[in-house]
Amino acid sequence: MNVTIVDYQSGNISSVINSFTEVAKGKVNLEVTSDINKIKSSDKIVLPGQGSFKSCVDSLNRISGLVDTLKDFTITNKKPLLGICVGLQMFADIGYEEVETKGLGWISGRVSKIDNQKGKFKLPHIGWNEIEIQKESKIFKDIKNKSHMYFVHSYEFIPEDKSVISATTDYSSNIVCAVERENLFGTQFHPEKSDKIGLKIIDNFLKL
Amino acid sequence: MLKNRIIPCLDVKNGRVVKGINFVELKDAGDPVEQAKIYSDGGADEICFLDITASNENRDTIIEIVRKTAKECFVPLTVGGGVRTIQNITDLLLAGADKVSINTAAVKNVNFVKEASKKFGSQCIVIAIDAKKVSDNKWEVFTHGGRNKTGIDAVEFAKKVEENGAGEILLTSMDKDGTKSGYDVDLLKKITNSTNIPIIASGGVGTLDHLYDGIVKGGASAVLAASIFHYGEYKIKDAKEYLNSKNVSVRL
Repeated sequence: MNVTIVDYQSGNISSVINSFTEVAKGKVNLEVTSDINKIKSSDKIVLPGQGSFKSCVDSLNRISGLVDTLKDFTITNKKPLLGICVGLQMFADIGYEEVETKGLGWISGRVSKIDNQKGKFKLPHIGWNEIEIQKESKIFKDIKNKSHMYFVHSYEFIPEDKSVISATTDYSSNIVCAVERENLFGTQFHPEKSDKIGLKIIDNFLKL
Repeated sequence: MLKNRIIPCLDVKNGRVVKGINFVELKDAGDPVEQAKIYSDGGADEICFLDITASNENRDTIIEIVRKTAKECFVPLTVGGGVRTIQNITDLLLAGADKVSINTAAVKNVNFVKEASKKFGSQCIVIAIDAKKVSDNKWEVFTHGGRNKTGIDAVEFAKKVEENGAGEILLTSMDKDGTKSGYDVDLLKKITNSTNIPIIASGGVGTLDHLYDGIVKGGASAVLAASIFHYGEYKIKDAKEYLNSKNVSVRL
């Protein structure tokens, strides 16, 4: 199996590479690239994302043909894609970090700043928080409800169709922290930094 | 519910873990990669490396340590010491650090905080503030591992770095560091009440009760400690079980 981590020059993806490399060892052929042809021929894609919504979207758009290739891969050909952090947020139609920015529009919804109740909750939401699993999910196989995952973010994805939500976490309100729709997966938390339990999620994705 | 983090800190000098008493007398506490792995396997919520004598000649050593550690530890890794340029940050992140901690360079030029957080995102920019009490209810920022006085008020500076995009503040009390007499809770309280980003308490931990004080009395989101863990007095697990028994929520 060939799995591609999309390297689109946005943020730090070393940890994603390290964790996937650890889990993929000897089982999966892992590529880190933005080469359109390699992406097209992979079986699965990982879309990381760090920094602001705008900077990630801009970086994707800077690579000619990348957005269309990703769309064909996941929407038309229905092959598995996992978005992590801003990688997930970009599934939305629109994001409001820095300035209003158009997202990929794969799952209708918006990305807004977490309502921290006038300073009652510190932002960024940094650290380990429990996830509340909302529906059966292929990437949560053997993951117990209320497992701890590592979060670092100030913005949240609010999808229109609530049935895509696979997990939430409690921080000021119930924040969407994982979505799943057919072949499309996303986590707001960082499985690559979430200790053994996070590696298990990566393993589940690689085994799909 | 968000859990309070326990962060073992590895002070690294010339590739070895050391812990000083008030930043001066250093004692060898072992191999950094090995230690980081032990902590990560033992339930540390995050691992922090501080390259305490970071000079330009030494930078490759810490980068190599980060590279090796990042391949074995799958919890967040923060690295600080001698971070002065955007290139320094890039190098550390590429080696596998998740966050970098900036001290002197942020004091010298607060725009550097802005530039760095804009380029890499606030989530990976930690500002390390070394503060020393100068009079009643007043603390001043020190730099260069506590050697240089700056005249800058610590509370004002904390607010300023927050405005400029810092994601977290690693707050060390210079008076307490290495004394094992507990965090400077007044300083912590003052900074946690004046800012709205997570504060990591540092400097002075000698008992598990001190961790409790940092979180409950000081309002810290995370507690950092070095020597109580290095010399095997306590395991991370002991600290977590203790805090949990006192109704402080931690990741068990």
